[in-house]
Amino acid sequence: MESRPVMASQPPAAGGRIRVLVAKPGMDRHDRGAKVIARAYRDAGMEVIYTGLHQSPAQIARAALEEDVDVVALSILSGAHNTLIPRVCQALREAGLDDVVVLVGGVIPAEDVPGLLEAGVARVFGPGSSTEEIVAFTREQVLRRRGERA
Amino acid sequence: MATESAGRAGPARERRPRFQTLSGIEVKRCYGPEDVPDAGSDRRLGRPGEWPYTRGIHETMYRGRLWTMRQFAGFGTAEQTNRRFKYLLKEGQTGLSVAFDFPTLLGYDSDHPMSDGEVGKLGVAIDTLADMEILFDGIPLDQVSTSMTINGPAAMIFAMYLAAAEKQGVSLDRLRGTIQNDILKEYIAQNTYIFPPRPSMRIITDIFAFCADHVPQWNTVSISGYHIREAGATAVQELAFTLANGFEYVRAGIEAGLDVDRFAPRLSFFFNVHNDFFEEIAKLRAARRIWATDMREKFGAKDPRSWKMRFHCQTAGCTLTAQQPEINIVRVTLQALAAVLGGTQSLHTNSFDEALALPTEKAVRIALRTQQIIAEESGVTHTVDPLGGSYYVEWLTDEMERRAREYFRRIDELGGVIPAIEAGFFQKEIADASYRYQQQVESGEVTVVGVNRYVLEEEEQPEILRVPDEVQQRQVQRLRDIRRTRDNRRVRQALRDLRAAARSGENLMPRLLECARAYATLGEMCDTLREVFGEYRDRAIF
Repeated sequence: MESRPVMASQPPAAGGRIRVLVAKPGMDRHDRGAKVIARAYRDAGMEVIYTGLHQSPAQIARAALEEDVDVVALSILSGAHNTLIPRVCQALREAGLDDVVVLVGGVIPAEDVPGLLEAGVARVFGPGSSTEEIVAFTREQVLRRRGERA
Repeated sequence: MATESAGRAGPARERRPRFQTLSGIEVKRCYGPEDVPDAGSDRRLGRPGEWPYTRGIHETMYRGRLWTMRQFAGFGTAEQTNRRFKYLLKEGQTGLSVAFDFPTLLGYDSDHPMSDGEVGKLGVAIDTLADMEILFDGIPLDQVSTSMTINGPAAMIFAMYLAAAEKQGVSLDRLRGTIQNDILKEYIAQNTYIFPPRPSMRIITDIFAFCADHVPQWNTVSISGYHIREAGATAVQELAFTLANGFEYVRAGIEAGLDVDRFAPRLSFFFNVHNDFFEEIAKLRAARRIWATDMREKFGAKDPRSWKMRFHCQTAGCTLTAQQPEINIVRVTLQALAAVLGGTQSLHTNSFDEALALPTEKAVRIALRTQQIIAEESGVTHTVDPLGGSYYVEWLTDEMERRAREYFRRIDELGGVIPAIEAGFFQKEIADASYRYQQQVESGEVTVVGVNRYVLEEEEQPEILRVPDEVQQRQVQRLRDIRRTRDNRRVRQALRDLRAAARSGENLMPRLLECARAYATLGEMCDTLREVFGEYRDRAIF
């Protein structure tokens, strides 16, 4: 039987495997990016929950709380990001999830990015971002926050 | 001589160990007559305008009439979109195509809580007949052909269009155009459904029957591969799933008791045209042949109009890059050329800035000019199906058909399209293909110029179109004014009649038309049917 050694380079940080909620806020129907990133996270060994489409900020925060996730990865291409993303961040804070890493992917004009970062988003990934880059950034953020908490 | 040739040691060197199409079909170095032994037969090729229409559905094709240049447009309020329509018509566009916003696509009014932030963003907001009247103000509906990209609430929006035509004094039998009305692909890929599949199919067959009697020139469904492709499908999957859906509508019409030749001539198709030039041309040629063959031989259609597949094409939005956006003009040109060489009846060319935002006026004009240059400067329209008889194109056309039929077999094994949707078959196939493509791009196996090769250090940001949030306030105000000033007793009665028809199985279209005339809102009509039919939920397969 094959046994897997625990690798020193990947410490089993407090809290175990990284848990990610991939969510589609609002009425946006384009879920190709959300599904691709969900699978990339899974391939990278993370636990992934995908909400499916048409989620309100309150529904996303509830799912994040119930699933006890480290990360909420939002995908949005509808142009409603300035309305919806700050509401998601607010709903997460109200649910007591201040330390969840919030990421955004989609078609976001450059001038809207600072506002989203201010609202609590850790980073915005535009079109053409590689899954490798997104996974690496996510892991780094989670491990840092876990370290800070420990 | 012989020794010298042997001294070259094996085959000539090539850049890669194997070459393949975007769908993964392996391509040989060169094709010859041995690859297409029966290419010349009447069953495989025929002549343009003759069954099985591999070479085109018209004898003269673009020598007789060019394709319809139909740019998809819509944003903000009905007034703003009406101005964009008039601009496009002035610049030489020959048909209209309406993009609706998300609340409209999902059957919600602009003041529904879920609509907040979405009103007018990616299309025009339509709540009532009043919006529809403004949208086509000054555009005589008997003189344009209008395509409307609407699916879940297709019947309600179509009813508003019919009511707007009545108000313009245009009789319904003079209306020409298309409602997309392709609900099957919504469950498979595009995700703007409202009701579950079975009641949705009933609404569609109601539209078939109503149009056969009252709106005979209207295309009642545009069976769409476009969105299946945008969701990440390959060309083979797009071809197979779209045609499988098309045959499913034919089956539904026949099961609803309609004569196939009464509704099939009004079915039309909509394909995506991606980057792999020859594969796209082959896909379109194969689509025509499969449709013609099965409509005649499997579904017993006797009217040649039921055999002819008429389709619209759109260049592939998902191929456009936010990086170096101007180079998208080149991608769009190649894709548009493939659509024309594939024999399209109508074409939308994407604007170069679409990976960033909705198109600006300048970007959409360049996209339209691209079609005009292909049509009028390139000479490719002078002869019909100029690639017909190319060993490679004919071989690839055969191969696309073979692979599509393999998918038909798998769908049949699952019990047909609706059971396959319910089992998540299409959704999983597409998610797999889309993830594979992403990995190919990231590994460099597939080149995307400007993204994984020939990357610029510093990107400049082009000017983009933004829809201000005031649009929502204006739209909500108009909706509230209408609710206050309309005859609310008439609205309530119309909605009661709609509910009764939904329960009894009576054709819904006359009831919806009365709702539209009474200025019932889209949300009110859809909610009434939600109560009866229930709602469909996304299965979140990845």
